[in-house]
Amino acid sequence: MNPIIRFENVTKRFGALTVLDNFNFEVRRGEKVTLIGPSGSGKSTVLRILMTLEPFQEGLLEIDGISYHEPGGRGPFKASETHLHKIRSNVGMVFQSFNLFPHMTVLRNVVEAPVAVLKMNRGEAESRATELLRMVGLSDKKDHFPSQLSGGQQQRVAIARALAMRPRVLLFDEPTSALDPQLVGEVLGVIRDLAHEHDLTMLLVTHEMRFAREVSDRVCFFDRGRIVEQDEPERFFSNPQQPRTREFLSSILGEQEQMRESLRCAQ
Amino acid sequence: MTWMQYLPPLLKGAQVTVMISLSSIAIGAILAFAAGIARTSSNPILSGIAFVYIVLFRGTPLLVQLFWFYYALPLIGISFDPITTGIMTLSLLTGAFGAEVVRGALLAVPHTQLEAARALNFSKSYTLWHISMPQAVIEMMPAFGNLAIQNLKDTALVSLISIADLTFQAQSMRNITLDSATVYTLTLLGYFIIALCIMLIVRFIEMKLRRGPAFPRSAHS
Repeated sequence: MNPIIRFENVTKRFGALTVLDNFNFEVRRGEKVTLIGPSGSGKSTVLRILMTLEPFQEGLLEIDGISYHEPGGRGPFKASETHLHKIRSNVGMVFQSFNLFPHMTVLRNVVEAPVAVLKMNRGEAESRATELLRMVGLSDKKDHFPSQLSGGQQQRVAIARALAMRPRVLLFDEPTSALDPQLVGEVLGVIRDLAHEHDLTMLLVTHEMRFAREVSDRVCFFDRGRIVEQDEPERFFSNPQQPRTREFLSSILGEQEQMRESLRCAQ
Repeated sequence: MTWMQYLPPLLKGAQVTVMISLSSIAIGAILAFAAGIARTSSNPILSGIAFVYIVLFRGTPLLVQLFWFYYALPLIGISFDPITTGIMTLSLLTGAFGAEVVRGALLAVPHTQLEAARALNFSKSYTLWHISMPQAVIEMMPAFGNLAIQNLKDTALVSLISIADLTFQAQSMRNITLDSATVYTLTLLGYFIIALCIMLIVRFIEMKLRRGPAFPRSAHS
């Protein structure tokens, strides 16, 4: 079966800095992939390119059979708004800082895009939104505004909002990094439930190693714009091959152990 | 003549001042949104036209603009009555300053909001009117308040193209009575009361917009 995401020799530069260097990467339909690595290694950039938030300079990219090269267009990096619209219709994203719309209630945050973009009728969109909010455990908060919710609740609304657009590919960009440690669990719980959705392809950038091991089919370690090592999680974590991977894992696992220790002491 | 007798002509002038000020604030606000949005547009022609308009009107004195529209424009065959000229000129000036306020407030909407809108596949115009604008309008209000007051005070200049506004009436009263102190004190008071009303109206609109839990900053302001 064709991969749902295919990067072929993609190069992305910010000025003189090369963030992705001849990057090759494929994701199967329904696969759950975790991207880890030091900051600046290019893992978030992969998600941002997929969401069309960043252009890239060279190479090919295909999502669900749609190429970034617009047929008859002026090259891949000058795609028209209509073409970008088509690419985005298969992809959803959950951001580190939630990015809910502060002037809309929780329900409207979830309803607005299906109504305005998918042209769903409002009643139908609202009943679907209510269903999604129930799934993330927030049906009692639908008339609240984002400022009245905790970070964990806001992130769960953001997940419901992304799901309301029925994406085939859902991108999580460090979804728990901006949360207080005691709120991380509730968001991971929702993502864990989603990981059981057979058809949904998930790409997750995270520093939660235990969670990555638990939910993903494959873990990719990024360093300096390339995937240095990738494997299924059991093998990846128990027997990393590359010295860079081992170094990274031991530093981040040590850190998380310390964090858990200090939390235990605080309680 | 006592100061009571100065009041009827001054009040008549005040009416004209209020009329000119309110209409040019309203038209100016429309121009401000149109030019401010055009400035943030990715279309270079639209943005260019707005830029030229803003620079021209911000960069020249109102008095000269008034004279140009009133005395110079008729020479190429286009002429308006004084009231229309006054309202038009003040609207264009207020619109030019207001456009920068609109542009600034739109640019101040966090970039992450626009990324979230793009991730949900909203069109550009939907993002402008339903995501950016509702958040930006609140930030515009204090600056709009300043512009409205400035506009009111600028209306005094229309007396120089023979409009019988508050300042014009004051001048004529003084010429008749030579009682400068009383006439100008009453005139100052008149402008101040109108300005106070404008401030209250703008403040009221801002409070209305800020009310509710969507923008909790209101609790502190």
